[in-house]
Amino acid sequence: MKKFVNNVDHMLTESLSGFAKAHADLVSLHLEPNYLTRKNKAKNKVAIVSGGGAGHEPLHAGFIGKGMLDAACPGQVFTSPTPDQMIAAAEAVHADKGVLFIVKNYAGDVMNFEMAAEMLPFENATVLTSDDCAVINSTFTDGRRGVAGTVIVEKCVGSMAETGADLQTCKALGDKINAQTASIGVALTSCTVPAAGKPTFEISETEIEMGVGIHGEPGRKRESMREADAMIKDMVDAILADLEPKKGTEILLLANGLGATPLMELYLIYNTAEKLLTEHGLKVERSLVGNYTTAIDMTGASITVCVLDDEIKQHWDSPAHTAGLRWGV
Amino acid sequence: MSLQTDFICTAALTIQSAIISHKPEIETLDQAIGDGDHYINVLRGAEAIVNMTDELAPLAPDEALNKIAMKLLSTIGGAAGPLFASLFMGMAKVAKHNGANTTLDIAAAFAGGVQELIKRGKGKVGEKTMLDVLVPVAHTFIFSAIENKTTKEICIDIQIAADKGLASTRDLVATKGRAAGLGERSIGHLDAGAKSCQVMINEVCNLILKTNN
Repeated sequence: MKKFVNNVDHMLTESLSGFAKAHADLVSLHLEPNYLTRKNKAKNKVAIVSGGGAGHEPLHAGFIGKGMLDAACPGQVFTSPTPDQMIAAAEAVHADKGVLFIVKNYAGDVMNFEMAAEMLPFENATVLTSDDCAVINSTFTDGRRGVAGTVIVEKCVGSMAETGADLQTCKALGDKINAQTASIGVALTSCTVPAAGKPTFEISETEIEMGVGIHGEPGRKRESMREADAMIKDMVDAILADLEPKKGTEILLLANGLGATPLMELYLIYNTAEKLLTEHGLKVERSLVGNYTTAIDMTGASITVCVLDDEIKQHWDSPAHTAGLRWGV
Repeated sequence: MSLQTDFICTAALTIQSAIISHKPEIETLDQAIGDGDHYINVLRGAEAIVNMTDELAPLAPDEALNKIAMKLLSTIGGAAGPLFASLFMGMAKVAKHNGANTTLDIAAAFAGGVQELIKRGKGKVGEKTMLDVLVPVAHTFIFSAIENKTTKEICIDIQIAADKGLASTRDLVATKGRAAGLGERSIGHLDAGAKSCQVMINEVCNLILKTNN
């Protein structure tokens, strides 16, 4: 393992401290229990709180700020955060309109957030994201996994909360977006969890894992490495089979890097996916390309399609001022 | 038999050393069909409880169990944290309601804990998880207590039930928990969560058998 490490046990704290210093204008870091909040507490809105294991940066702390999250709780690498973190974060950002948790569908995250939700002394609700159409049940989940589509949910629900909308309205938007979003990933190499020190799975130079999860969980199939367009076509086909969008449907297309794939290749992926989706009669109206939901140092990418409507477009386009997404400010 | 906080503290120490002495087996099982962090998670939980025994000592048993639940919840993480925490929360709830003054009270508290764990994990027997040990143990505990068996007999009954439950996971296909993604490939391996539960239960029974002699 070749990584920037001093001591694996201190890695998360050192990284969080760096993040907080680099974005001191946006966030405050609280340690033990670990959570991050906006620098300036928002008033009179539903507080949006997310969290999950570290290793998916910029998810979730990178999306704290005006227009997106109020707080995020990072767990250890690929390990769910714990209820004490969620409760402390929720209490810190609660502004009398309730708390909405945005949780990726993994057994650990679901149970920990569920317990926090039960223990919180004020109104709260949860949006569970499950956009990964690769597999139904998996190593860490009952049902579909929550992956890069979570970024779209956090962006739009965050925007909705800024309008002063109530808790149920924010939740309804999140649930709607999740229901009309599909993602699928592909791995060219494994990721390496620092504490493990060795790659999570073996994969040869000539193989890919189609449908890989963001922790390196098995996907649909171990396949032979092919030219990019052939792999991208399979991914787009899987998404189309899942969403079954009508011709003329407006969509958002996200080409997401899993950690070690350069932007040059992500744009190549976007180019082909955009072409295939357009040929299918869809209108690619919004786009995002970059590393937004990563799997530490995995070489690979995921494609996400979200079916748009006027409400989602409005909240996607509204200003966001976070470390990971910033426009309109 | 009644449950005393002193005993809970001693049992925590026993559990910690039992986990450490079974490290290779638990780790090997978890690496075969899990994600390899079960041993360290369970050990972290056991250590946290051992380190708080001074804090637990003055508490009533149900309060101590609840405090343990909260500690496990904040130290284990992942899916195991809420599951083990629910086990102790459920035990605390029933112990608070019924007291923990008779063997049957303790059996009922244990069953209440297992029920809470089932609710949290939405699992059932036969899915190749810790429930394949915990549920038969809870049944055996209650039935043996109802039949007024001696403490020694009950401990032995429980140890047998835990062994059988663990052995049953070998031929099961994992449909829940971290081995679920492997499907048929999980057959032939014992479940690591079932193993760690069997180890803990077995050693706590041995502790009781030793003190009773």
